[in-house]
Amino acid sequence: MPEKNKTKMRELDPIERIGCFEEVALGYSREEALKEAARCLQCKNQPCVDGCPVGINIPGFIKALREERYKDSTVILKGDNNLPAVCGRVCPQEKQCEARCILGRVPGGDAVAIGRLERYVADLEIPIESVVKPPVHKKVAVIGAGPAGLTVAADLAKEGVSVTVFEAFHTAGGVLVYGIPEFRLPKEIVSNEVQFVKEMGVEFKFNEIVGRTVPFEELLSDYDAVFIGIGAGAPRFMGIPGTNLNNIFSASEFLTRVNLMKAYLFPKYDTPVKIKDRVAVIGAGNVTMDAARTAKRLGAKDVHIVYRRSEEEMPARLEEYHHAMEEGIKLHCLTLPVEYLGDSNNNVIAMKCVKMILGEPDSSGRRRPVQLENSEFTMEVDMVIEAIGQTPNAVLKAGFPSVQLNKWGSIQADEETGRTNFPNVFAGGDIVTGAATVIEAMGAGKRSAKAILEYLAGA
Amino acid sequence: MYKVISTEAIAPDTFDIWLEHPDIDKRAKPGQFLILRLDEFSERIPLTIVSTAEGRVRVIIKAIGKSTYKLCAVKPGDTIADIVGPLGNPSEIDRFGTVCVIGGGVGIAPLFPIARALKEAGNRVVGILGAAKKELLIMKDEFLPYLDELYITTDDGSEGIKGNVTVALQEVLKKEKVEFIWAIGPMVMMKFVSLMAAENDILCWVSLNPIMVDGTGMCGACRAEVGEEVKFACVHGPEFDGRKVKWDELIKRQYQYREEEKQAMEDYVKEMGGKNA
Repeated sequence: MPEKNKTKMRELDPIERIGCFEEVALGYSREEALKEAARCLQCKNQPCVDGCPVGINIPGFIKALREERYKDSTVILKGDNNLPAVCGRVCPQEKQCEARCILGRVPGGDAVAIGRLERYVADLEIPIESVVKPPVHKKVAVIGAGPAGLTVAADLAKEGVSVTVFEAFHTAGGVLVYGIPEFRLPKEIVSNEVQFVKEMGVEFKFNEIVGRTVPFEELLSDYDAVFIGIGAGAPRFMGIPGTNLNNIFSASEFLTRVNLMKAYLFPKYDTPVKIKDRVAVIGAGNVTMDAARTAKRLGAKDVHIVYRRSEEEMPARLEEYHHAMEEGIKLHCLTLPVEYLGDSNNNVIAMKCVKMILGEPDSSGRRRPVQLENSEFTMEVDMVIEAIGQTPNAVLKAGFPSVQLNKWGSIQADEETGRTNFPNVFAGGDIVTGAATVIEAMGAGKRSAKAILEYLAGA
Repeated sequence: MYKVISTEAIAPDTFDIWLEHPDIDKRAKPGQFLILRLDEFSERIPLTIVSTAEGRVRVIIKAIGKSTYKLCAVKPGDTIADIVGPLGNPSEIDRFGTVCVIGGGVGIAPLFPIARALKEAGNRVVGILGAAKKELLIMKDEFLPYLDELYITTDDGSEGIKGNVTVALQEVLKKEKVEFIWAIGPMVMMKFVSLMAAENDILCWVSLNPIMVDGTGMCGACRAEVGEEVKFACVHGPEFDGRKVKWDELIKRQYQYREEEKQAMEDYVKEMGGKNA
C-alpha cells in the first residue's frame, strides 16, 4: 500500500542494510513527529483505542506530543503500555489501531501513523517517576519474561505487589530477544524496557525452567498467585521425508542462534550459524520474514520464501513483507515442499515441491490450498528454514501436570481473565492462544494482571 | 554467577570440575544434564551431570574445540555466567537383574551415576569401560565399588582387552544373560552396542548428546529419529532405546558445524599465542 498523506519514516537503503544488522526503520525526527501528530483528528469516540489490545490512550499521548509536552506524552503512553518502544516497532498497527482510524477510512486517505508516533515518544527516553504504590504484602510468581510476563509483572508491581519472574534463558525479553532480529528490534531497546520493569522492583530469576529446575508445586505454595506466560514453545516441522537432513533448521533454531546467542558476530561469539547460497524459508508469517532477511544479511546469495497460499493470505506484517521484497528476497506463492533431497553426506541439495490452487475457505477463514495434480517440480536449495509455527512445549505438559490443557495442548484459560482450573493460576500469551503477536500477548497479560489483583484482594 | 570450586586434570585434556549449584545438588537424578554458558561470548554447552554433593555439581569435560578448551581452562574461584539444570528425564532405574553398563571415552563420566544407582537398586552390574589408550581411561577406581565385574578395553591394547567395547560385550553375553544395557560414549560406539543389543534382543539405553541450542525443547536442533518419530534429545531424552535410533543420520547431523568449529579453534589458538590451552 503506497502511503499518500502519512509522514514517511526514513529507512536504511536496502543495499546498505543487507550488509549489516542495523535497524532498518530509522524513526521520526521531531519535525516529522509533530507534522504527523498534527494530522490526528482527536475523535471523541476514540475508535483507535478500541483497536489496541492494551487500550493505550492514543489521542491523549498524541495531543500531548503535538503540544510538545513530551513528558506528559510519555506518562500517558507508559501508563497503559509498559513496552512502548517495542510495540511502536513490532505491532501490526495496520490491523489494529490504525485500521480503526477515521482518516484511513476516508477513500484515498491514510491513517495517522500511530505506531511511528508511539516509537518516537518512547525513543525520547524521558525518565518518568515510576508510580509504584505502597506494598500490599502479596507475592506473585510470573513464569516467562516474554511480552506477556513482563506486562503482568509491571502492572502488578505498580500496584505494590511483590513480583518474581522466572526465566529459562539468561536474559529477559523472551521472543523479543531470541526471535525478533536486531535489525527490526534492537536488543538495547528491549533491555531499556526491561530496566524500566526492574526499576519498579520486579525481581528476575534467570536460568530457571519451572517444572524442571523448580517444581511448579513449590511456586504454588510459596506465592499467592502464579502467572504462566511461557510462549508457544516447540517448533513445528513439515514432517516431510528428509526433515532431518543437514542444513534444515527450524526458524526458532536459526533465529535463536543469531539473536540470543549472537551468532551473526561469530567467531567473536562462540555460537556458529550455518549459511548457504540458496536458502528456502517455508511459511509467510513475521517469523518467515525475519528468518529470510536474516539469511540475506548473513550472506546467502538467493533467499526464497515458499508459501502454500497466495500473497493475499500472508499473515506477515505488511511492512516486514515490503522490507523483505526490497531486500531482494523472492516469493514463491502457492508452492508446497513435499520432500527434501540430500547428497551422500546428508546435506540437503534440493526440495521437491508441488503447485497449489486455492479452494474453499477453511476454519481460519482463508481459502484452503489444494494440491494441483501433476505439478511436481524440483527447486535447488542448499539450506532450508522451516517457519511454519509452533506447538505447545513438551516440558510444559510434564511440568504443570495438574493445569488443564485444551484440545490443542495449550493451557485452557479464560479469555477475559486468564484464569485456569486453579483459582490462583493464570495464563496468557502464546501458551494459551498458540503463536500470535507480541501485543496480543501483552493484552492478555494486562487482563490477567487485573484479574490477579481482584483475586488477591479477595484472597 | 556460579563459582568454580575445583578442577583437576584426570587424563590428557580431560578435566574433572566441581561447580557451586545448590539447586542442582538438591534435585538432580542420574541421567540428567545441565547447560552451562561460561561467559557472555560462550555457547550454551550441554553436559551430563556426573555427581552432586554439598551444594555442588560435578562435570567431566574433554577439551576438543574452542568452547571445551575455554571451559577446561577455568580455575577455582572463577565464575560461570549461567548454569541451568537439571534438565532432561532421569534414567529409569529399577531392579532388573543383570545389567551391563558400557562407557566409552569421556562418556564413562555420565555413566557413573547410573551404574551406582543400578547397583544400589540391587542389580548385578557388569561394567565395560573403553578408551583409546590406558592414559585416557578415566574413573576406573570410582566405578569399582558399584560393579560386580569390570571389563576394560583399549583400542591399542595398553590396558585390558585390545579392541572396542563390543568385543567385551560379546564376551559378557556369551557368559551370562543380561536384562538391560546402558551405553554412553561416542555416537559410533553407541550405534554398535545398540546393534549388538538388538541382535540379542536386549533393551539398550543410550544417552544422546547431539548438537543443542536452548535445551528446553524450543529449537529442534537436537532432533533425532527414534522409532520412526522425531524426538528432541533435550526434552524427550536424553536417554532412548538405542535399538530404535536412526544412527547414521544422527551421526551425520553431529558433524554439521565441523568447519565452523575448526575455524573457531584456529582463531582461539592464535589468540592464545599459538599454544594450546
